[in-house]
Amino acid sequence: MPSDHLTRRSLLQGSAAIAAAAPALAPAGAAAARPTAKEGTGMIPVELTVNGREVHLQLDPRTTLLDALREHLHLTGTKKGCDQGQCGACTVIVEGRRINSCLTLAVMHDGDKVTTIEGLGTPDKLHPMQRAFITHDGYQCGYCTPGQICSAVAVLDEIAAGIPSHVTPDLDKVSLSDSELRERMSGNICRCAAYPNIIAAMNDVAGETKA
Amino acid sequence: MKSFTYSRATSVADAAKTAASTQGARFIAGGTNLLDLMKLQIETPTHLIDVNHLGLDRIEPTPEGGLRIGALVRNTDLAADKVVRRDYGVLSRALLAGASGQLRNKATTAGNLLQRARCPYFYDTNMPCNKRKPGSGCGAIGGISRSLAILGVSDACIAQHPSDMAVAMRLLDAQVDTVGADGVARAIPIVDFHMLPGDTPHVETALKSGEIITSVTLPKPIGGTHVYRKVRDRASYAFALVSVAAVFGKDGGSRFALGGIGAKPWRTPAADAAASSGAKAVAEAALNGARTTHHNDFKKTLVERTLASLYRHKEARS
Repeated sequence: MPSDHLTRRSLLQGSAAIAAAAPALAPAGAAAARPTAKEGTGMIPVELTVNGREVHLQLDPRTTLLDALREHLHLTGTKKGCDQGQCGACTVIVEGRRINSCLTLAVMHDGDKVTTIEGLGTPDKLHPMQRAFITHDGYQCGYCTPGQICSAVAVLDEIAAGIPSHVTPDLDKVSLSDSELRERMSGNICRCAAYPNIIAAMNDVAGETKA
Repeated sequence: MKSFTYSRATSVADAAKTAASTQGARFIAGGTNLLDLMKLQIETPTHLIDVNHLGLDRIEPTPEGGLRIGALVRNTDLAADKVVRRDYGVLSRALLAGASGQLRNKATTAGNLLQRARCPYFYDTNMPCNKRKPGSGCGAIGGISRSLAILGVSDACIAQHPSDMAVAMRLLDAQVDTVGADGVARAIPIVDFHMLPGDTPHVETALKSGEIITSVTLPKPIGGTHVYRKVRDRASYAFALVSVAAVFGKDGGSRFALGGIGAKPWRTPAADAAASSGAKAVAEAALNGARTTHHNDFKKTLVERTLASLYRHKEARS
């Protein structure tokens, strides 16, 4: 598959670019400059704030945000499932919104703030949603879990912000219920079918937040 | 993915001009459909013009009492907008019935109108498809056609238009505002925006080379009871087999638009005129000229039953 070659090649190029760029990080103020293709190389400078850390990359414009995170920044918590926006394993939070990182180009996110599973919590200091997934056994194999957790955190924010869903009976009265959580999590597939426990974990965190 | 160059547009005029003067250029906004198709090499642009930073992300009232929706307003924001919820409920409902939360956070108003067919033969590059490769034939005709269109189809293509949002836009008589490569603005009524396949199924919209959508404008609110009913294989996150958008007016005047069954969002004056005669009459009028296969003939029955459920919903609420 050509994508395998691309991934390996862009990984090597990306690693080299990080190494080369590291000593010459742009001074403060330079961040405002918009990216333009470096003549001849086709590589484009991209600045992201990932989990609170500013990173500078030189990327082939084909690089998805997912590949930038996994292959260039080695943040492999975010998973590649279907790579076509159907499974939700690649869900990350960009500028406060959950998106499929496989269906967006990293160059489109120059200047954006990205939160991945690694940024939500750490083994020593778990995010409440991570703790709740453990408590309620919200996973089996765990492959979809980082996406599920990023999505779940954003879903509770969406409900709190009053954003309606397909199952909201009155568009102006958004409230928390199992059917709301199920509908809103439909973009995250779990082949181990941990769904009931994921809903339990989300309800748990929603209760804590309310209290 | 084939390689391409990338630039960020600095103005609408600049975007349109670059698109018209660069062979193989495409606009990218949400990218949720385009990038999917690029990975499969169904779309192979040589240059992407990122239009995300053009400031076309506002929802504003128009002097005529309607609503102007910026081309880049995300599906989530449009569905959640207070005015849309209150005055154009069918649009909120249609948007929320489509895709997943993640996709709605990315997908834009203009991009939703421009999304391409979900026909399995369009996606399978080993199969003939007149839309993907003009003149190669249609694998769907005589093939697996359960999900495909029964109205507006041709001997060259039977793909259905996949959008939910566009069905509500058609119902509400939206207009698509554009700027051409020559810098001239024009407004395209939604009824004229999507093209029927005919002999040229690869020509999907009325947009000319380089022409960019800047906004979608809704006329002033029409009141009434707004409903969107979508029937699909899963309870969530699936394309419609049949969908019906309806506004039941207080004075008996009602209007209907259908999704999942047409080569474009489907609305007929005859169906609207039959509103007072009930679901069966509306279905018959709407389905006039339907051309089915043995796989998708069920959609005719499903349209009538979906309409009947909407009528019951309306009666329960009045």
